Amino acid sequence: MTQEKQRLVIVGNGMAPGRMLEELFDRAPDVYDVTIFNAEPRVNYDRIMLSPVLSGEKTFEDIVIHDDAWYAERGVTLHRGEKVAKIDRAAKMVTSEGGLAASYDKLVIATGSSPFIIPVPGHQLPGVLAYRDLDDVDGMLGACAKGGRAVVIGGGLLGLEAAAGLKAQGMDVTVLHLMPTLMERQLDAAAGYLLQRELESRGIDVRCGANTKAIHGETCVEAVELEDGTMIDASLVVMAVGIRPSADLAKEAGLEIGRGIVTDATLRTSDPDVFSVGECTEVDGRVYGLVAPLYTMAKVAAEHLTGPSEAAFKHAETPTKLKVTGINLYSVGEFGDAEGTEDVVLRDAMRGTYKRVILKDNKVIGAVLYGDVADGMWYNEMLKSGEDVSEFRDTLIFGQAYQGGGGADPLAIVANLADDAEICGCNGICKGDIVNAITEKGLASLDGVRAHTKASASCGTCTGLVEDLMTLTLGDDFAAGAPAGMCGCTTHSHGDVRRLIKAKELKSIPEVIQELEWTTPEGCAKCRPALNYYLVSDWPGEYVDDMQSRFINERVHANIQKDGTYSVVPRMFGGITTPDELRAIADVADKFEIPTVKVTGGQRIDLLGVKKEDLIPVWDDLNKAGMISGAAYAKGLRTVKTCVGSDWCRFGTQDSTGLGIKLEQLLWGAWSPAKLKLAVSGCPRNCSESTCKDIGIICVDSGYEILYGGAAGLHIQGTTMLGKVPTEQDVLETVGALTQYYRETGYYLERIYKWADRIGYDHIKSVIYDDLEQRAAYFDRFIFSQKFAQIDPWAERVAGAEAHEFAPLADLTLEAAE
Amino acid sequence: MNIQVSADAVQWTLVGAVTDIPRQGARCVKRGDMTVAVFRTSDDRVFALEDKCPHKNGPLSQGIVHDGCVTCPLHNWVISLETGSAQGADEGQTASFPVKVEDGRIYLSL
Repeated sequence: MTQEKQRLVIVGNGMAPGRMLEELFDRAPDVYDVTIFNAEPRVNYDRIMLSPVLSGEKTFEDIVIHDDAWYAERGVTLHRGEKVAKIDRAAKMVTSEGGLAASYDKLVIATGSSPFIIPVPGHQLPGVLAYRDLDDVDGMLGACAKGGRAVVIGGGLLGLEAAAGLKAQGMDVTVLHLMPTLMERQLDAAAGYLLQRELESRGIDVRCGANTKAIHGETCVEAVELEDGTMIDASLVVMAVGIRPSADLAKEAGLEIGRGIVTDATLRTSDPDVFSVGECTEVDGRVYGLVAPLYTMAKVAAEHLTGPSEAAFKHAETPTKLKVTGINLYSVGEFGDAEGTEDVVLRDAMRGTYKRVILKDNKVIGAVLYGDVADGMWYNEMLKSGEDVSEFRDTLIFGQAYQGGGGADPLAIVANLADDAEICGCNGICKGDIVNAITEKGLASLDGVRAHTKASASCGTCTGLVEDLMTLTLGDDFAAGAPAGMCGCTTHSHGDVRRLIKAKELKSIPEVIQELEWTTPEGCAKCRPALNYYLVSDWPGEYVDDMQSRFINERVHANIQKDGTYSVVPRMFGGITTPDELRAIADVADKFEIPTVKVTGGQRIDLLGVKKEDLIPVWDDLNKAGMISGAAYAKGLRTVKTCVGSDWCRFGTQDSTGLGIKLEQLLWGAWSPAKLKLAVSGCPRNCSESTCKDIGIICVDSGYEILYGGAAGLHIQGTTMLGKVPTEQDVLETVGALTQYYRETGYYLERIYKWADRIGYDHIKSVIYDDLEQRAAYFDRFIFSQKFAQIDPWAERVAGAEAHEFAPLADLTLEAAE
Repeated sequence: MNIQVSADAVQWTLVGAVTDIPRQGARCVKRGDMTVAVFRTSDDRVFALEDKCPHKNGPLSQGIVHDGCVTCPLHNWVISLETGSAQGADEGQTASFPVKVEDGRIYLSL
């Protein structure tokens, strides 16, 4: 016998009802036909992550929780942009403003909250925004495009995240906060001060004790006036002063209302067929704005919707974290100077670290951490369990790693946690849940753990802990399958690092290491050359190349050989040389007793076995004969190989040699993610082997075919056609644009064929070949960058640059002999 | 005491100024067939190692200096500047020499 499904209608599609549905379908996939009315015209997304969207670190797609397919698979009807106007409890029916109606057996109200707008004069001017949903973020990004100053009213969690995001988008930013210190509900004065100083050092103007009197402007926002008469120019005002539960709809339906929609501990309202979850809900006299208790509500409501259950919502302290990259703070519990409380405080002003644990009767009742927040969870555990800490009070403030005298091993910390220790605060996931999921479901990737447990899937700050747990549970198996950080110094991948360098305008290696929280003080031989390249590529003319972060070959502009001598390869544009050049090379070889002279595969001549102290005089002689460095050592342009083309060859269709020379003249000096080798063939017989080069040109009667993505090393692969162009000038522009696209988006040491596999050949074609505007823009950026790159490094060094590289500090041989 | 006597007996040789070496860089000091690599870290500490990787004699002076170590340019072994020992899974040690810095001048005891 099949039972008829009940009808469940949900008003609102934020994170709380979204989670409730997941819990519901997990427990009983076939009990309800679900209809959702969403006032926002979109799917369920992670509101906590709006700040990274604002700062440009993430896109909207990155923060979608449930995509269209998710609703479709579960047969959920989602009405987007349909705000519910009326609930008729007698008829058990809801009606939207657009006239859509739906009957229910059970109803869940999840109308959330609305931002509080201070009713000062001018608060309705265009340019005054709240910070609540994606539309607000879009509004802010729109204002950022025009530039100017943003005034953020409210120095709480949300206001500061908005301020940091707007700053990252290039706005001048002022934060106005009514109270004497920032985030006073979560931070004590000392931590608030550290936070203010950090924000100010990032160029954000912070004014505490600032009371807004009015917002001025004719047709849109122009200035903000403070109570003391100060005027601040503003092209954008963001109000982030708090939220108010949205309970009007429930109120009109005759449900019991307090500060929010009143429910019992099972999340039932005064009508037993109507539940309420989320920020609109008042349970046990409290309303909530952080996600963890809302997810608890979701779980409890799902339990009661799917059958008789004992589940009850219970208040718990929720830790607070600020999601501004590079700022670490953590606070939980109480920290006021109440009677009978004692403080244990650790300050390290130089490192900007502040830790304070608040005790009462030898139990932890609160903690405020700034800078070093690794132990936040440990303190929170003690707060929850009410453990007596008198035994280890002496070392309490140093953190868990110092209990029992051990050093700070992150794995040991995680290993020592109890099974019911909370790892993911947002989703209320404990260590035991994660370990069970890993072992029972055979999870081997972070994404897998996120998918099955939700741990670290919301704000992501506990990602490191989850990874530690995986390492602990899986051992080396996990390390092997882990998504790769650039190197051991960071968990950021190359892609993340490249994106963040641009988004946060990081312009030096120490800045990247600091801001992106490298775990080593100065990087390693793997990440430093990569960072140096990214900065060279992203900030031409601004970034000063860090020689100490380049491999020896690029530092001394020659190739180190196994015996510590070097090889020297002068450039021969297009493989063309002259008797004078050859004579000069022969003379150099004689003069410096260079043991081996070899013709290379790239159509030039390699002088092998040059002693380091001879490099400068060798280059001097080659320079004098008109030759420059061939960059045979560079992650950059190497050679353009050519055939003789229409000048000599009876099959040649175009001047392939001439075009090769022009290409090499255009491209030489450019640094790229990995080496770049080109070839130009004068006809499809392809004598210069264009079809296995990074970029190859094949001349035909009617023009030029541009190919790329070939490989003929460890991996062998033919090129793919980018497109055909009619003139030499088109070839130069297209190849320049392609090179620049690769330079801007390639990962360090990623050859062009791997890059193209990753980015997609079709996509590259659409950007560089089909879209003439983009092609021109990339080409222009390439030409600009070349202004700073086309300087012969040999000539610079002959003239005295980097002299310390080429001479010993001291030669004690004579002294010793005496 | 004996220890005191032997400490006094150390022969210090001036090889140059700290500023002659770039931060996170190295210069060589030659003596006969031996080359000594003198390193300067980002916080201006100075170390001296024989310029030979314990792996295949790669010139350590040409490597990238980071966090008190140098990565050999030939096969990426990482060598501690302080002890000359290979780090991580690799095993081997390069000779290290006492260094003294006074008034910005570097003295080696070879």
